[in-house]
Amino acid sequence: MTFATPFKKLGDQSLFFFEAVGRAGIFLLVCLISMLKPPYKLHPIIRQLYFIGSRSGFVILFTGLFTGMVLGLQGYYPLAKFGSEGLLGSAVALSLIRELGPVLTALMVIGRAGSAICAGIGIMRNSEQIDALECMAIDPIKYLLAPKFVASILSLPLLTFIFDIIGIIGGFLVGVALFGVNQGTYFQGMYSSVQWIDIEMGIVKSLVFGLLIVWIASAKGYFLHLERSGGFGAEGVSRTTTDAVVISSVSVLIWDYLITALMI
Amino acid sequence: MSSAKDQLAIEMVNVEKTFGQQRVLKGINLPVAKGETTVIVGGSGQGKSVILKHMLGLMKPSSGEVRVFGRDLARMKKQELYEVRKDYGVLFQNVALFDSMTVFDNVALPLRERTKKSQAEIARIVEEKLALMALEGAAGKYPAQISGGMQKRVGLARALALEPKIVFFDEPTTGLDVHKSNEIYRLFHATQQQLKYTAVIVSHDVPKIFKLADSVALMAGGEIQGCMSPEDFQRSDNPLIRQFVEVTMGPIYTNDKEEAVSRETV
Amino acid sequence: MKRFNFETSVGVFMVIGFICFAWLSIKLGDIDLFGRESRTVVARFVSISGLKPGAAVEIAGVQVGKVTGVRLDSEYFEAEVQMEIENGVELQEDSIAAIRTAGIIGDRYIKITPGGSDVLIEPGGEIIETESAINLEELVSKYIFDKD
Repeated sequence: MTFATPFKKLGDQSLFFFEAVGRAGIFLLVCLISMLKPPYKLHPIIRQLYFIGSRSGFVILFTGLFTGMVLGLQGYYPLAKFGSEGLLGSAVALSLIRELGPVLTALMVIGRAGSAICAGIGIMRNSEQIDALECMAIDPIKYLLAPKFVASILSLPLLTFIFDIIGIIGGFLVGVALFGVNQGTYFQGMYSSVQWIDIEMGIVKSLVFGLLIVWIASAKGYFLHLERSGGFGAEGVSRTTTDAVVISSVSVLIWDYLITALMI
Repeated sequence: MSSAKDQLAIEMVNVEKTFGQQRVLKGINLPVAKGETTVIVGGSGQGKSVILKHMLGLMKPSSGEVRVFGRDLARMKKQELYEVRKDYGVLFQNVALFDSMTVFDNVALPLRERTKKSQAEIARIVEEKLALMALEGAAGKYPAQISGGMQKRVGLARALALEPKIVFFDEPTTGLDVHKSNEIYRLFHATQQQLKYTAVIVSHDVPKIFKLADSVALMAGGEIQGCMSPEDFQRSDNPLIRQFVEVTMGPIYTNDKEEAVSRETV
Repeated sequence: MKRFNFETSVGVFMVIGFICFAWLSIKLGDIDLFGRESRTVVARFVSISGLKPGAAVEIAGVQVGKVTGVRLDSEYFEAEVQMEIENGVELQEDSIAAIRTAGIIGDRYIKITPGGSDVLIEPGGEIIETESAINLEELVSKYIFDKD
């Protein structure tokens, strides 16, 4: 223990951090390039769409429905105080389309698919399956990761649209069926207040989230062996998966703020 | 001289590798002759697998060259490396079968991804390789559903699917009982006779592995301690080799007197 | 059979996703995919306080168009509002355009009251008669000062 020890430790850790960030950045570029480069194979992409998209359908249905219903409940009381129940439709639709749809969909997909992608690739790295692909002259990024990237970037906007619509129906159920807001007012308010720019913001957000989720999950899994805490064994995989879920959830919220600030 | 070079499939020249502060390889020189079987032996943690990973191009040397058919792997682009690896077949220590695919798909994968063969042709080749390994009934099973010995055989079938020129074996018999490892050796011998590939085997299954080897190299202290025929290896006067042979095989016969004594005790 | 199933489910997922997208963008995003014919009409207001592009244009409570642009006429310091009106709806020369609010804090919209003239406004023409937005604060203060 000398005077310099804490500095050395700090330097060590920041070097390691920047190395990991740089590696992940290069990894993202390589993945995007190999995603866009032919040959394209449809079948692996469909498999991944099934896993990331279709299988998330039920979760999205439930979370979307209840989010919309809560928005209906929460929105009704303050609006009714000012006699503006007519705004309920636009309040529900705007908060879903601009904000809650993309973010909650992303968080659900992180929990369902992001963790699975990270753990799956981490196990393949651990058991030398990725090395085996390399040795068969099969590019693991093109073969394993490119379909996941395509599927995730495609699935997220679609899931978000489904979430939005189900949420609007949920708000309708509470507002119109429960509190007796006029059905026409609910939808007319929505039609007139929601702009294309709002939908555009939702699309941009969900595309960015789709990329973020698959990027962080696969980078974490792919570089499992380079983890500082030693990414080996079942414990290594589980720790790295937890990391991936936490990091991608936080990044989704950070990017949500950035995109909102840029596009508002 | 040039003709001697032509006879080499792989040649490692002054290869050094450091991980952080640790020097794992301290100048490796190792020739692998075409069509022959080279065995790398040595204790655990001596860097045998690191040598193999350099030959496969999975690791880049800190300095030195790894020449495969005369071309340096370390200074190759990714695409060229993939070209070289088309001639490779690898049997990993823990086999590294793709556990989400059936045995059939595992063996078919390199054919599907690397060749333009039709599905029917691929199926024919896969059936043939599985038959060679006596695995006909297992095609539809998943790796987790078959025994360790069968997994090794599937791994070997997959490694041989593209008819490689060089096949690497990382501890091919670890975790198998005597009967099963004999089976692997028998299959190895039979397929090499048939396909005439160059083989690099990392193993510590001494002395059995000596029967298969054309040359044996000992990895110790970050260096290759001589690369010679099994007979010469067992009689070498290099202290490290002697120590290794004594530890793994019991006392060796240095002169007639000792030999006579040990014969009596056996 | 199994493969058929998961491909079908991907297909169903994609179709539902795209239908939701289509509904959002056509119904809510005001994307005219089928291009209902419309024309542009202009109106000038002293104040539009809070009217935004996209706001509804109504006649007798029925939406007949929407506001497409708002700009300041720097010569007269008036607000110039462009709106698109569906082609089937005809506007008389003496129609009145007024800015109204839905509820007390609701969205602003333009209410057009039809006139009695035989002369119709041409596409690109202007509604001359306008009523500006009702400003609550001004109303209240006017009420107070009138009492004095």
